[in-house]
Amino acid sequence: MAEALLTLEGVHTHIGEYHILQGVDLVVPRGGITVLLGRNGAGKTTTLRTIMGLWKPSRGTVTFDGRAIGGTDTPTIAQGGIAYVPETMAVFADLTVEENMILAARQGPPDPARLDWIFGFFPAMKKFWQYPAGVLSGGQKQMLAISRAIIEKRTLILIDEPTKGLAPAIIESMIGAFAELKRDTTILLVEQNFRFAASLGDQVAVMDDGRVVHRGTMAGLSGDETLQTRLLGLSLDAHQ
Amino acid sequence: MTSAPATTASDAIPKVRLDLLPILLPVAIAAVAYPLVGNLTTWLTLTIAALAMGMMIFVIASGLTLVFGLMDVLNFGHGAFIAIGAYLAMTVLIPLSGWTQADSLALNLLALLLAVVVAAIGTGLLGWAFERVIVKPVYGQHLKQILVTMGGLIVAEQLIHVIWGGDQKPMTLPTALRGAFTIGDFALEKFRLLAVAVGLAVFAGMMIVLNRTRLGLLIRAGVENSEMVEALGYRIRRLFVGVFMAGSALAGLGGVLWALYRETLTASIGGDVMVLVFIVIIVGGLGSVGGCFLGAILVAMTANYVAFLAPKVALASNILLMVAVLMWRPQGLYPVAKR
Ligand SMILES: Nc1ncnc2c1ncn2[C@@H]1O[C@H](COP(=O)(O)OP(=O)(O)OP(=O)(O)O)[C@@H](O)[C@H]1O
Ligand SMILES: [Mg+2]
Repeated sequence: MAEALLTLEGVHTHIGEYHILQGVDLVVPRGGITVLLGRNGAGKTTTLRTIMGLWKPSRGTVTFDGRAIGGTDTPTIAQGGIAYVPETMAVFADLTVEENMILAARQGPPDPARLDWIFGFFPAMKKFWQYPAGVLSGGQKQMLAISRAIIEKRTLILIDEPTKGLAPAIIESMIGAFAELKRDTTILLVEQNFRFAASLGDQVAVMDDGRVVHRGTMAGLSGDETLQTRLLGLSLDAHQ
Repeated sequence: MTSAPATTASDAIPKVRLDLLPILLPVAIAAVAYPLVGNLTTWLTLTIAALAMGMMIFVIASGLTLVFGLMDVLNFGHGAFIAIGAYLAMTVLIPLSGWTQADSLALNLLALLLAVVVAAIGTGLLGWAFERVIVKPVYGQHLKQILVTMGGLIVAEQLIHVIWGGDQKPMTLPTALRGAFTIGDFALEKFRLLAVAVGLAVFAGMMIVLNRTRLGLLIRAGVENSEMVEALGYRIRRLFVGVFMAGSALAGLGGVLWALYRETLTASIGGDVMVLVFIVIIVGGLGSVGGCFLGAILVAMTANYVAFLAPKVALASNILLMVAVLMWRPQGLYPVAKR
């Protein structure tokens, strides 16, 4: 396995009085896609938010690119090279697609070559460049949220359930985009759609009840139906 | 189906809805008021007075609505900046009475400009201190914000008593701004024209900053979803402190205009106008500068027409206006998309 880019060791996160993450151990190697699976409420989103500094871990360590970022504030973590595509997408509805992208590009105006590369995956972004993001469809908002995360090269991208609620055709195009994207960056992908996850993932971690209960290669999990049923029985029933 | 190019299904050009209905409201109110007032000259005077008052309230309220939008901060202490701005201006204008009483528009305006600059810088700096000492410790706690910022307002009013004395002060208009232009039997008060011009300039300036600059984009994005702005790598707190200072400076500027308009000054001048200011930002949609502009005009129109037609129900009429608007649009005229 390649060198670890991101490591969580014994991470606990409290939200108010609730003890949500209860000792998460997770390793994301540099390069490729690591998929985080798990049933609803397992703590996947909370894990991403903790990495991003949107929740502070109450115990344990988060190490990114050799630095401890457990207590660091969100803007500093983002500036350190982590981009975040939240479950809610969080596009700025009142701003145009262009303005969303301008803000996402911190180092200056978006690079035209990079933009063309993005338009290659998501032609709708070019088409609706001057439109307020609020009028986009759900799938287009998701594309914008992902485009924002990749407008400049980042070291790690956290993506939370990008296929949720999307039509199969759009999911197909996302598979293509992600396959291309993972040559450029490391991706930690939360996904409930196992087919999507299996076709893209290199590594996999499965969460349950605020802990990581399985870690291994995606190939290993895809090829082992007994393991799938044991780990994902619930989420497969619920989502397919 | 699965092999179809993925984006075609939803690639129809979306409709951008231009929401113009609220803009018609002031026109409708003015139209309804006309037959009730029954006299063109009176109606014109009331309408111009309403526009002038609306612009002053807008200048005062514009910063407050962004402060709320960005950090969900309810600042009841905003009135302090109105009052202190007015007192600072008075302090500058008294020794300059030679200029304000001179029969020269240039000297008059120069004195006023100096007073306004001192007031805006003073209240802007005070806003910085207020944010650090009073607002910052209570981020995210609404009840405490209300109590603590109200406390700040009371302390500020007491400080005004200590520094400037407790009695009512005259606030004299510079010579050139007194009186009115008369067109037939219709009198157009000069100061009202100035107030409208200043309000429009502030509105235009804010619109340019908010729509055409990166800083403005960040503010608008932050009003929608401050967490995502942080996740993109920007410090929302710095942005907020800047907006808080600018909002305080605008309140100071608005306070100067308001005191000149009333031609007298007391320590409670800010607190008194805050009820209207809160109605304006709620009617407009919390966090929306455009809504605030429109809300200010609506509130001022209602206040002026009703004060003429049925003086006893003037304040109640604005509360009724707010209730009516909220029944139509529960988030205000121009709601801001929130996470
Ligand atoms: N803001 C919050 N306040 C209280 N509890 C929360 C909050 N956010 C999440 N939780 C709880 O934490 C647990 C984990 O939630 P989380 O959103 O991380 O799960 P998830 O694995 O992302 O689930 P899903 O697949 O539904 O997105 C759930 O039980 C949830 O109810
Ligand atoms: Mg989730």
